[in-house]
Amino acid sequence: MKPTLLKAVLEASRERRAVAVVTTIENGAQRLVAKENLGSDPLGSALEEAFRFDQSGLHGGEFVHIHNPPLRLVIIGAVHIAQSVIPMARQAGYDITVIDPRGAFATGARFPDITLHTTWPEDVLPALGVDARTALLALTHDPKIDDPALSIALKSECFYIGALGSKKTQASRIERLQKMGFSGEVIARIHGPIGLPIGAKGAAEIAISIMAEMTRSLRLGN
Amino acid sequence: MAGNEVLEQASTWLAEGRKVALATVIETWGSAPQPVGSQLAIDGEGNFAGSVSGGCVEGAVVSEALDAIASGQPKVLAFGVADETAWQVGLACGGKIRVFVEPLGP
Repeated sequence: MKPTLLKAVLEASRERRAVAVVTTIENGAQRLVAKENLGSDPLGSALEEAFRFDQSGLHGGEFVHIHNPPLRLVIIGAVHIAQSVIPMARQAGYDITVIDPRGAFATGARFPDITLHTTWPEDVLPALGVDARTALLALTHDPKIDDPALSIALKSECFYIGALGSKKTQASRIERLQKMGFSGEVIARIHGPIGLPIGAKGAAEIAISIMAEMTRSLRLGN
Repeated sequence: MAGNEVLEQASTWLAEGRKVALATVIETWGSAPQPVGSQLAIDGEGNFAGSVSGGCVEGAVVSEALDAIASGQPKVLAFGVADETAWQVGLACGGKIRVFVEPLGP
């Protein structure tokens, strides 16, 4: 691989653009193909599918290496459960952003080495760009903070939306979102109560159930 | 390692003036421990980052990578239980993998 190609792949990753490196196995020749510009490539539709399923592999004598943008996790609520989710999500390769307008929660001391926004979700999420490689967790329990974030997530292509709270909390959340104009089908994208039902007790086990549910959505779809 | 950490490491090594090779899993059969696309970066001194097999064949891949750095030529390696080197560097899980090894250079 030429250093210029390596640089281009890393740049694309930082700018959250999907690219593929196509290698002719026989002689090592390589080309970079952007997902946004597949039209002219001889592999065309095979590449489109490879991007969609995040599936690198051989196509005849060519190896297609898919470099989708890094996974990203947006956590609304600088709360205790967030502190448990973060190390696990980091291990799984997520770039993590925490948003909480309550300065007492969102402190660097509680969340070291994390991108932290002490502001309202609706002020930062549009610029952040919630895309198909993003998961969003609403963990504050406070509709003032969670609902605007959920509203933005529901209008996006993000692959997972989870909201903390009991079945009762979830029922009133559904009512509020319906009043905001979302259909039942759209609202059903929200996983609430959040996490796989594994009888989790305490923040760490709840974090495991959230990570498992997120992973299932990522790999198997919703 | 997740995301692009392996490529980032390769890039850092290049910037430091080290010679670097990259190994990529291009095909798997059976219960291979790392998925297609997994990568290992190797520098000219045999330091490595990432993984192509979870530890079973890394040693062999590193030595082939050093050859690739020396020759400037890419090559494809195959590992598996049917391989004649199975007892030394085979995959204990019974899977098979093919690995593309390439020098990073102009």
